[in-house]
Amino acid sequence: MPTNTLNERTFHVNDEGFFTNRDEWSEELGADLAALIDIEMDEEHWGPIRFMREDSAKSGVTPTLRRLQTVGGFDIKELYRLYPGKPAKKMAWIAGLPKPVGCV
Amino acid sequence: MRRLLILGAGTAGTMLANILRRELSADWAITVVDKDNDHQYQPGYLFIPFGTYTPERVVKPRTRYLPKGVDFVQTGIRKVRAADNEVDLEDGRTLPYDWLLIATGTRPRPDLTPGMADGSLWYKKVFDFYTLEGSSKLHDALEAFEGGKILVQLTDMPIKCPVAPLEFVFLVEDYFRTRRIRHKVDITYVTPLDGAFTKPVASRELGNLMTDRSIRLASDFALEHIDNERQMIVSYDGRELPFDLLVTIPLNTGQQYVFDSGLGDENGFIPVDKQTLRSTQYDNIFVLGDASNIPTSKAGAVAHFGVETFVPNFLAAVEGKPMPNKFDGHANCFVESGRGQALLLDFNYDTQPLTGTFPLPGIGPMKLLGRSRINHMGKLAFEQLYWRMLLPGHKLPVPTLMSMAGKHEEN
Ligand SMILES: Cc1cc2nc3c(=O)[nH]c(=O)nc-3n(C[C@H](O)[C@H](O)[C@H](O)COP(=O)(O)OP(=O)(O)OC[C@H]3O[C@@H](n4cnc5c(N)ncnc54)[C@H](O)[C@@H]3O)c2cc1C
Repeated sequence: MPTNTLNERTFHVNDEGFFTNRDEWSEELGADLAALIDIEMDEEHWGPIRFMREDSAKSGVTPTLRRLQTVGGFDIKELYRLYPGKPAKKMAWIAGLPKPVGCV
Repeated sequence: MRRLLILGAGTAGTMLANILRRELSADWAITVVDKDNDHQYQPGYLFIPFGTYTPERVVKPRTRYLPKGVDFVQTGIRKVRAADNEVDLEDGRTLPYDWLLIATGTRPRPDLTPGMADGSLWYKKVFDFYTLEGSSKLHDALEAFEGGKILVQLTDMPIKCPVAPLEFVFLVEDYFRTRRIRHKVDITYVTPLDGAFTKPVASRELGNLMTDRSIRLASDFALEHIDNERQMIVSYDGRELPFDLLVTIPLNTGQQYVFDSGLGDENGFIPVDKQTLRSTQYDNIFVLGDASNIPTSKAGAVAHFGVETFVPNFLAAVEGKPMPNKFDGHANCFVESGRGQALLLDFNYDTQPLTGTFPLPGIGPMKLLGRSRINHMGKLAFEQLYWRMLLPGHKLPVPTLMSMAGKHEEN
């Protein structure tokens, strides 16, 4: 299992760079990861990330965009604005969660 | 008397009724509920738009395929009250159960996307082919089509038969080629995924085939609404694609009663243990076929492999014994690719579709992820297998668990 080091913090990732151990994550690390893909984290950005962390702690899986909308109450369009292009993937990556498998 | 209740008499429910009636003794009462008596062979919907199949051909009475010794109750399901072991029906009756098998599948929901079912272009220029009505109307629209922009568009995953949209795009290309107006038709496959399919090797092979056939691919397109006035689809990030004909695969969710019963996740799919298909909430409920949240394709083939794995487990569970089998998510789908050929995909929870031969290593006769005529014949032959072998619960000559034999691994 490859490891990554970012700003002196080491964590385990899979071959696509997604965390394999959710406990190695912290908000500081999330913010550092976000900076790598040109996202500057503010309160608006943290809302969905915190929801994803809490929700996945209960369910064991990364929530999909639809779940963020129907259960978390977030507006999908808004998530596209905050995390342009591929919000589900980007948010999972920043939140230190597995890539969403909503796509089988 | 022990009471087994099966909800849904589609692919999984009919197989369950047949197999379990043979396996369970006469002190078991088996009841099956479905809202109507029209069993539809859904893979046939794919061929109706092109006139290859007629709508009549895909519908047969459910009762003809249910065994003797099973009660068929024809009405809608309103609510499962799992804490009371009872199900409320739309005709006002309540059915009690000891064991409940849920097999009510998934359904297309064009009402959930603004401008789709409620738009002025619905069934005029915007069609689905996931229902008998949609595929029949699309047939007329295709016949009348003389040229312009066609979008074949997938709204979001999961959907049943995730390869069907791809098959449609290959078949529609072939259809216009045969009609000799291919050069007047501009075809784009629009998907929220980042490639043609969900799994990398298949996505690459299918993507290449699209390029070969001059079919455009618009990826990462998450549909927000349909602009009926301007005849465009609009994505959440503001991209717009115009169309003359839109063939859409709407969102798929579980049935309304699943939401109303508090059994489903946000999409109305019921959480189960992915190896035993037992509800994570109630020990006396199992979910077969498309209705559960297992992370594999929603397909008749998966329903079939799932039921085969499940039956010995169920027979053990009702005796209070440990369940012997673990389902691996095995899926096996033919992908029509036009020109009288098809590809075959074989995969499970852990292994993506790979190239190779099936079912015999090195011999086949089927080719995995490669196009061949015999794969296409296999797809067409499946219709007879479905009615004669699959629904009555006879063993098919394919392995239940996926095998790596004959597959080429790549990295
Ligand atoms: C266009 C298309 C092409 C396909 N091609 C293939 C293919 O090539 N290969 C393949 O393996 N699969 C294919 N499939 C998928 C396959 O048809 C389904 O996966 C399969 O039918 C699932 O079986 P099921 O028993 O879970 O659900 P279904 O067969 O859909 O049965 C569900 C049943 O529940 C009943 N029901 C639902 N709600 C209620 C209610 N509230 N009250 C009463 N009754 C209710 C319905 O009437 C229905 O009879 C295709 C599907 C489509 C749409």
